[in-house]
Parts: sequence; structure tokens; C-alpha cells
Amino acid sequence: MKKFTKTHEWVEVEGKIATIGITEHAAEELGDVTFVELPEEGKEVKKGEALCAVESVKSASDVYSPVSGKVIEVNTELDASPEIINEDAEGKGWIVKLELSDESELDGLLTEEEYKNSL
Amino acid sequence: MKRFPYIPHTEEDIKEMMNVIGINDIKELYKDIPKLFEGELNIPESKSEIEVKRELLELSKRTINLEDYAMFRGAGIYKHYVPSAVYQLATKRNFLTAYTPYQAEVSQGTLQALYEFQTAICELTGMEVANSSMYDGGTAVAEAILMASRVNKKHKALVAKSIHPEYIEVSRTYTESQGLEIDLINFNEKTGRIDLEDLKSKIDENTSSVVISYPNFFGIIENIKQIKEILPEKVLLIVNAYPIALGLLEAPGKLGADIVVGEGQSLGNYMSFGGPTFGFFASKQKYIRQMPGRIIGETVDADGKRGFVMVLQTREQHIRRAKATSNICSNHALMAVIASIYLSIIGREGLKEIAYQSYQKAHYLAKKLIESEKFEPIFEGEFFNEFVIKPKFDLDKFNEKLYEEKFIGPLNLGYFFEDMKNDALFCATELNTKEEIDYLISKVGEIDEINL
Amino acid sequence: MKLIFEKSKEGRTAFSLPKLDVPEMKIEIEDELLRKEAPNLPQVNELEVVRHYNELERKNHSVDSGFYPLGSCTMKYNPMLNEEMANLFNYIHPYLEEEHVQGALELMYNLQNYLGEITGMDAVTLQPAAGAHGELTGMLIVRKYIEDNGFTNKTKVILPDSAHGTNPASAKMAGFDVVEVKSGADGRVDLEEFKKVMDDTVAAIMLTNPNTLGLFEKDILEIARLAHEHNALLYYDGANLNAIMGKVRPGDMGFDIVHLNLHKTFSTPHGMGGPGSGPVGVKAKLKDYLPKPIVDINEEGKYFFNYDIPKSCGRLRTFYGNFSVMVRAYTYILMMGKEGLKFASEMAVLNANYLRKRLEKEFDIAYDEVCKHEFVIDGSFLKEYGVKTLDFAKRLLDYGIHPPTIYFPLIVHEAMMIEPTETESKEELDNFVEVMHKILEEAKTDPEILKEAPRNTPVRRLNETIANKQLKLRG
Repeated sequence: MKKFTKTHEWVEVEGKIATIGITEHAAEELGDVTFVELPEEGKEVKKGEALCAVESVKSASDVYSPVSGKVIEVNTELDASPEIINEDAEGKGWIVKLELSDESELDGLLTEEEYKNSL
Repeated sequence: MKRFPYIPHTEEDIKEMMNVIGINDIKELYKDIPKLFEGELNIPESKSEIEVKRELLELSKRTINLEDYAMFRGAGIYKHYVPSAVYQLATKRNFLTAYTPYQAEVSQGTLQALYEFQTAICELTGMEVANSSMYDGGTAVAEAILMASRVNKKHKALVAKSIHPEYIEVSRTYTESQGLEIDLINFNEKTGRIDLEDLKSKIDENTSSVVISYPNFFGIIENIKQIKEILPEKVLLIVNAYPIALGLLEAPGKLGADIVVGEGQSLGNYMSFGGPTFGFFASKQKYIRQMPGRIIGETVDADGKRGFVMVLQTREQHIRRAKATSNICSNHALMAVIASIYLSIIGREGLKEIAYQSYQKAHYLAKKLIESEKFEPIFEGEFFNEFVIKPKFDLDKFNEKLYEEKFIGPLNLGYFFEDMKNDALFCATELNTKEEIDYLISKVGEIDEINL
Repeated sequence: MKLIFEKSKEGRTAFSLPKLDVPEMKIEIEDELLRKEAPNLPQVNELEVVRHYNELERKNHSVDSGFYPLGSCTMKYNPMLNEEMANLFNYIHPYLEEEHVQGALELMYNLQNYLGEITGMDAVTLQPAAGAHGELTGMLIVRKYIEDNGFTNKTKVILPDSAHGTNPASAKMAGFDVVEVKSGADGRVDLEEFKKVMDDTVAAIMLTNPNTLGLFEKDILEIARLAHEHNALLYYDGANLNAIMGKVRPGDMGFDIVHLNLHKTFSTPHGMGGPGSGPVGVKAKLKDYLPKPIVDINEEGKYFFNYDIPKSCGRLRTFYGNFSVMVRAYTYILMMGKEGLKFASEMAVLNANYLRKRLEKEFDIAYDEVCKHEFVIDGSFLKEYGVKTLDFAKRLLDYGIHPPTIYFPLIVHEAMMIEPTETESKEELDNFVEVMHKILEEAKTDPEILKEAPRNTPVRRLNETIANKQLKLRG
């Protein structure tokens, strides 16, 4: 199941694991991504809190966590190749995997269609 | 209408321009401001260049010009030789009257000069990366403490009591409001070096950084390696270095420093009553995203030609606003370029030689002063070009006598330390001649006769 | 172009020292602290250094080389006399007995007073090294004020969304939380929005007036009243003082703290980004919180550094400030005098309005009304031709004009912020207008020219993405 936020994150859930990234639209708006400030594994985040930041030359955008949980994996490939986000924001350009703490939080998020309409 | 040399508008121009705007009186451009100030400013009327120059010359005559004085005082600002080419090149008007290199295509002069500056600072300090300058040595130390805290998320800085007292004050001012704590580490009264036992006892899990000067405020050369060895892994070692000394002393980066900062004045900058000078700021590459200030990087242009731009701007206030690494917006680019030109002129061998001569002259001076038996040594630790000794007479009176001979004597440390009243902080550089030193010694010899 | 390091050749030098004239002593420093490998500085001949820096210098645009209408930066002409006067004071050490530096102290004392008079403030410190440094000083004064008065619940600083980035950063550095108020439809502080956030937890409000759109905050008296009603202080960011000298004073508008930029308003050169100088003025009630020391005069007419400020916010830097910058500003004030400063502000405002009027037909002016020293073009309309403000700016470079400040203030999309200053002649402004129109025509007929601009500059557009990814930061 894939959901979206108004702040341009996507989250895909498989069982208890939520994979999170920024949307293709967000990546396009940012321009060439030059750096992703990845969170530490083990970090606990609440829904809506800043999880990490994605930077281009002239901007730095916080990535807000769509759901609450614990960071269990980060995409370390982004360290060396942040451009993956521009190439495949909603696939290989995922940023973190969280262990979900409250699945019901997903209900409040946007569907793909709702998100696209909101743009 | 009165004419002003820096304003080109003629009456005709003004009329034409008002016509275009559709107004009849300049006042109409100000009609939205409250009428709170109707009078005239209480400052003098405009003057001609001739009059202004006279006035400034008169002020300058009541301010000593140390160019032809024998200088035995340092304490953070040093009289080193400034080669003739340095200011003539640095103050060329396209350097002087340009601003921040916002438009890189027409700022390659600034950008490359600052890139070269960063390179030189890395070479001097033995660090991997450097920014393009801070306001001065004091703010560089303060910002280094803040940076260390961002890196390791800890909140206590242990600062050697033997760094410049004003740097401690600045560091307190900068850090207090952010909830950081500064604890001072004593110096060993015998050696003048940092008291390692005191340092060990004060390190705890909140310790973010340790700050030392190299050499320290008393001129004593700290053993960076020894200090680094007792620090827990997460604690950052901040070294405030005197850049000229780095021609003789091992680079702090080679001895374990994590951040190296310092006052850059001695690198070709005039003393200018203490400002403007600049601070340099270097660190390990892995901390660069926590570094304050502007950083220049190399790149290519649309034709693949080498060029330079400002990089990592996402750390800075114009993008990150309240989340920036610092509020610093400008740097002291001109002073940094002065340093860069200076280092190009003196070169590798020149720096070595200046450091060596400064060391030798200071040691000759110290030896002669002690031999005069009018002073007692205080610290045993090895020094670079400054040292503290205890006069057996009234230092201020002696300094006044020296002044009449166009000699500036040592700093009375009572100025900074209650318990060091009348202790003398002497300094020598490559500019002090043997003749001057011998003359000073002869004056010391006369002390009994002049009854101090 | 090669780096100076790349021109290095073993055995060359541009320097010589007298032979060491004291008996050489053995160096007693422990071996591990002695430098093993000398820093790899360039080894070049003097002429090579001269040519190198000459070549670099020619690659810069500067006020001396051409029009520089960089909004918010006040790139006015930097008089030659300033430099000559500053050079009179090169060889002064900061730790000299006060009786030997009376001239320098008198200059500082007078400058404190003049700046106090120009801003309507009762006491001034010259210590801050730059505008942002002045802001930090001001915010730390606010901190001392609230501590001293026991206003423990004051944790916030309010500023408009059009504020300079340094404002929130400085407030944050002083330990405050930042609250941004949205600007109203007229580009000014929205009084209703302001009232919503204005309460007893507010320590200070930071404003620039005229603001970064060049508009005068009409409600300033009401804002001041509300601030003071809640015991909050009103802070004036002096970046835009060049619009109002001798016309209205921040102190009279109700501001409690002011910082100035001597490198903007008072004609001291920007030096590629610094040194500047950011003096801070305060009302009498805040005098006790100023940084130490300030320059004072005693009963015998002797000037001295007054360290007796027990409630001081501390020391913001070493020594006394950027003294030689002060000399330049002082020289400028003497040259201009009271009537000249006022005239300078009037002509700065006249120039800005003249440009605004001449451009308003073809360009979208954000908030097109009488402005002060600057105004902002909204470049969104350029999209229609497939170009952006950035492209337009780069094309200006080809015509030898430094572009305005772009993409600031943040509240105007595709912003181009134009501040001509009073030192530019009508002819220079007319030329700018002509070039602006020419480029607009190019945008309409051949937008590629803009997208590929600049072409006539020492380098063409630089790849910032590569620069930020590869991070090559030294030679």
C-alpha cells in the first residue's frame, strides 16, 4: 500500500515496515539533489516530525515522517549518489525504512490520486 | 543647490527625474513616513576634502604610528613585516569595491583568491578543509566551540585559561545564550602549559570540546599530542594557532587537532588598532557540514573551463535561516586575500625563516633580560616568540621611559590577570634588530639609576 | 587559470629577510612538536605574484568597474579619500596606553555620537564586525534586558517573512525561538497577523524599515506601541538606513535597538564580502547592556575605554571593532555633513523611484507604489518566454552590469531586487533601463541568448551541482 503526504513524502507499507521517500514531484521541484542528510538508525520519530533533509544547491528541504516509528534502515547509497533521488524518487531513491508503531496513522494520508490532484 | 563630490545629480537631472515619477517635490517620496523628525541632524556641516584631510591628519598625529617604533609587545596582534606588494595588490579596486561573489561569473578573482586562501590555510594547519575566513581569532574560537557541540551534541567546552583572555570572553558571550557551559582549565604554574591533571579531572560525559592555544597566551608551546591522547574519542580538540609559529611548529592537524582556528593578522595584515583582521577556520573534512561561514569550491563552467563557486550554502543563513550553522553572512574576504598574497610572497622558505628568526630573536632577548638580573623567569616551558618574566621594578614606569625612546615595552599582564600584576609579556619578531634588543637591555641596566 | 600554487617552482622567491643578527641558539622544543614538512606554500617570484593577482583582479566586477544595483547591499561609491585616511592608522597596536592613542579614541567617540544622532539612539557600540554580528549583539542585549527585568517568560522573537536570513539566524543564536509573521497584501507587516502573535512571551520584534521590498512600514508607530505595551523591544535592522538619513530616525519611530552597516550606508568598501562594521545603538534604558568596552570621555577631556558596564552582554569580538572601517565611515560623514547625508538619502530614493517608473510598463513591479531606496521586480512573467529571473540576471552580466539581488526577498517569486544608490547618475540609470528593455526583447525573440548567458564574462555559467557534490575545496 502506497500513500502520500501534502508535504510531498511517499510511504509504502509491507507488514510492519514502512519505506519512505520524497515524491517525484518534490524531486523535480528541488532540482539536482546534492546531499541527503540521513538519520541515524534506531532514531524514533513521530508522525509529522522532521526525519532528515534533502539538499540541492540552493535549498534544503526537511523530510517529514508520514508515520511514527523507529528507523531500521537508511539508504546509504544516497551518500555517494544523491542523484538517485532525481532518477528514481519513488523507487531506488527511497530514504529510510521505519518500523511502524501505529498502522492507523496511514488512514489519514493521501492516496496517489488525491496527492496528484492536490498538486 | 549645494554640490557634493559623490552625488552626480544636477538640478536639471532632478527635475527631469521628478517629472518621470510624476512628483513636484522630493518630499512627496516621503509622504508615507511619520513626521517625527523635522529638524537637522546635530552633526557638522559638509566639508571639503582639504578640510577633512586636515582634521584626520590632526587625529592621526595624536595617535602613535608604530611603523618606526621598536616593538616588544604582541599579545594577539603582532608587528611582522608587511611586504610592499601585499597591500598594493590586495587593495586594487576590483578587490576592494566588489561584494560577496553572488555572481560567480564576474567574481572569479574573489573566488579563486579565496580558494587559494583555503588551500594555504589547509597547508599551514595540516587540516583537510578550511572556510574562507571569519571576523577574527576570538569569534573563530567561539564558533569552533559551537561547531563542536553540533558535531557531538554535547554541551561543555573545557577552555584552557592560557588562551587569550579576550577569546574566553567572546566564547562565553557566544555560547552562554545557547545553553553551553564553559569551564576553564588551569595552567601548570611551573611550565606554563595546560595542567593535564586539571584537564583530566574535568572531562566528563558532557564534554564537547577542549580548547587550547598553540603557542598559548604566555608564548608557551602546548604539547597537542599529549593533550589529544587523554581525550575521549568523541571530544573534539580545538587548537587556536598563531600562524607564523606554524613555520616552525608541527601542524596541529598532524598532532590530532579536530578543528584549527586562529587570528590571521600576523599574515600580512596591518595592526589597525586590532581590526579589521580575520580569523581562519579549518577542520577535518567529515565535519564540514557543521562548519560556519563561506566555503569556496572548484567546478567547471558550461564550456568545461575551470572555475570557482561558493559551495555548501545550505548551511548558511540566507537558505537555512534559523537553522543555519551560524548567523555569519559576510567574512573578512579582503583580509583573507591579503593573507593569501602575503603567503604567496613569503612562500614556503620565507615562512620558515620568519618563524625561525622570531624564535631566535625572542630567545636572545629572553636570555639577555634574565642575565641582567632585573627579571626573574616564571615559566620553564619552551616558548616561541613571546614569554613572561617578572620584573623587579615598576613595569609601567619603565615602559613610559622606553616610550620616550620610541620603544614599546612588554605588556603588563596585570591588564588581564589580577595575580600577574607587573608581570611582563615580551614579544619579538623578525623585525626586532639585535641593536634594538641590546639597547633595550642597556635601558634595563640603567634601571637602578633612574630609580624605578 | 592556474592557481598560484600551480605556478610554484622550487628555488624561486619573492621575499628576503636580513641575515639573522643575533647569536643562534639551539632550538629546545621537543622533536615531536617541530615541523617535519614545511607547509607547501607557493615558491614564486615577485612579478609572478603581481601578474597573478592582477589577472584575478581583472576578473571581478566591482563598484569601480560598473553599475552594481544589488538590492539590500547599498553598493554605493567608496570614496578614494576614505582609503587614504584609513592608511594613517595602520600601525597602531590595540594594547597601547590610552594617552598614546587619543586621536583614535576621539574619532571613535565622535563616530559613536554621530551614529547615535543619525539613528536617534542614546548610546552606541562600535564593536560588531558586520551587520549580522550587530544583530547578534542586539539580540544579546535583548537577552540581558529580559534577564535583568525578570521577564522569564519572554522566549520569542517576531520577524516578518520578508526579513533578511541573518535576522532569524541571529535571534536563534541568542537563544530565542523565531516566529515569522506573514506580510500583508501591501507587502508590509500585517497588523492583524502581528497582533495574533504579539503577547507577553515576545522578547523582541526585528524589522527593517523601509523593508526589503523598499516599502515603508506605515504602521510602525502602532507596532512600537503594541511591542512596548508587552515590554518587548523593537529592533531595527539598519540594512536600509540609506533611504532615511536626516528624514526620520529609528529612535523616533520607537525602535529601541539599531544596528548599522558602515559598509552600506557609510560608503566603506565591501572588500569582496568584508570587512564591514556593524555598530549597534540603543536607547538609554539599554545602555547598561552594551558590549564592553565603549569609548568615553572623562572630566579632564581625556578619552578612554570604559569597561565599567557591569550588566554588559559581554564581548562580541577581540579588541574594539573594525577600526579602519570606522575611519572610513567617519571620513565619509565629515565629507557629507548633515545636509549631505540627507541629500544622499533623497537621491537614493529618487533614483530608485525613477528606475521603478521607467521599468514599470514592461516589468511586473511587486507592490508598485512609491518606494524608498529599492524596489522588487517579480520575474514570474518571464516564464511566458521560457526564461527565468536567473537567466535574465546572467544576461545582464554580458552588458557589464551586475545583476540585482535575485530570489530575495523570498515572498516575491523570481524576485529581482534593485537598489541603484545615490551615487549613480541619471545617464547610468538610463543605460540600465535601456539594457533591461533590450534583454526583455531578447527574451521575447530569442530566449536562448538568455539561457546561454553569460558569454562575455571570464567564465560562463558554472556547474554548482558538481561543485557541491565533488566538494573540491583546496588546490
